[in-house]
This record gives sequence, C-alpha cells and structure tokens, in this order.
Amino acid sequence: MENKIHFQYLIDGDDFTRAGEASSDIKSKLKMMNINPDAVRRVAIAMYEGEINMIIHADGGTIDVDVYPDKLTMVLKDTGPGIPDIDKAMEEGYSTAPDNIVSLGFGAGMGLPNMKRASDEMEISSVVGQGTTVTMTVLF
Amino acid sequence: MTIQELIRQDQFEIINEGSDLSREITEPFCCDLLSVAMGNAPAGCAWCTVMANMNTLAVASLTEAGCVILCMGASADDNMKMKAASEGITLLRTDRGIFETALGIYRNLHEKDQL
Repeated sequence: MENKIHFQYLIDGDDFTRAGEASSDIKSKLKMMNINPDAVRRVAIAMYEGEINMIIHADGGTIDVDVYPDKLTMVLKDTGPGIPDIDKAMEEGYSTAPDNIVSLGFGAGMGLPNMKRASDEMEISSVVGQGTTVTMTVLF
Repeated sequence: MTIQELIRQDQFEIINEGSDLSREITEPFCCDLLSVAMGNAPAGCAWCTVMANMNTLAVASLTEAGCVILCMGASADDNMKMKAASEGITLLRTDRGIFETALGIYRNLHEKDQL
C-alpha cells in the first residue's frame, strides 16, 4: 500500500474570478499537515498558475493531487486546444492569452515558467486538438 | 514595521483592515502584472499596484503578501472588498503613485532598522 492522500479538483472554465480556489484549498490542507511553509507556497503558486492556464486556454479541467510523506505530485489535465510548441510556450514573455485576460493583469507569458520554477520537476505532454497534461512534483 | 503601524500612519484609506495586523512588513513590492507578482512577490511584502481585481487578492493570498495597497487612485469594487474581508487580507488605497508609496514604506522600514 502506498502511503499517500489523494485530492481531486474540478476547474470551472467559465469563471475566471474563482481561479485560485483549488490552490487556496490545497494550501490550507498542507498547512494543517505541517508541511514546510516554503514547499506549501511553491505548491500554491504552481497550482494557481495551472488553474489560470486551464481557465484561459482550455475551458477548465481536472487537477489530481497526491500527497506523500516527502513530496507532492499534481496532474493538471485538460481537453483544450493543446500546445503546438512547448519550448516556445516555456519562454518567459511568450503569451497567447487574449486581450481581456491581459487587461486583468495576466497574460505576461510567465505562467509555465513560474510553474517550472516553483516545482522540482515538471513534465508537459500535449496533443494539438486533444489537450494538455502537466505533471509537477514538489519535494518537501 | 507591522501592518498595524503602517495603518496608523494615516496615509492610506482603509478598504479592509485584515486579520493579522501584528504581522511584520518585510519590504515594499511594486508590480502590476499578476503572473510576475505570482513568481516574485516576497512573503510579507507591502504590494503596491494599480491592478484592482479579485485575482490581485488571490495572488496576494497565495504569495502571502502582507498587504495590498492600491495606488494612483485605483479602487476596489464590491466583489474585491468582499473577498478581502472573507480572506482577511489588509487592503489599502491611496491617490499617490506606486513609486512614492513604495519609497515611503521603504524609508519607514529602514528608519525602524536604525533605531
């Protein structure tokens, strides 16, 4: 038996103002588990950026979180348009966000780079027209 | 300087007092791009911005900013006020510019250090 706790979040693609609910929730749960504060902050940042991406680009999706004694993994899965050029998307400042999102303060092209920086490992798999899955690990 | 001490200076209009007034402010932080703030806002900072929306507060909460100061006359709508209240985030506003506001806080912090 693996010693882990599982959480799943459904991200609503329609409601931009609710972005952050999943990351806030996992943050408070991890705090209650006495995970070290730096790791909690990094998890919250990585997941929030992921939530924003799913809402802006993919009409929502799911986030599966597994908390182990020494690390956390999260799998963010959507059925959106996919990312044609992942290397390009990883460049700081490269953005395909629409103007209405930019006017809210997002779309600076920092989402994926922030996720990579906040996590210890990150993998992206994406098929154009089918969707994107981002897997991130944060070590405690 | 604590958030309480910052508020007592009477330089800001208080939109929401917040739930942790004894918290120390670490440094001023100036940024209007939320994703940039998300990656760089230091915990405990006094975040000076003109970006007044719900997502500003989500970023403040997740990065554990000490308080948010809306500058240059930016104002909070009712949704933002309600979220600040429900999350216990200190939300202030001023007509002064971002640089001027941040500089004032920087000076306060450093005067305090020298005491």
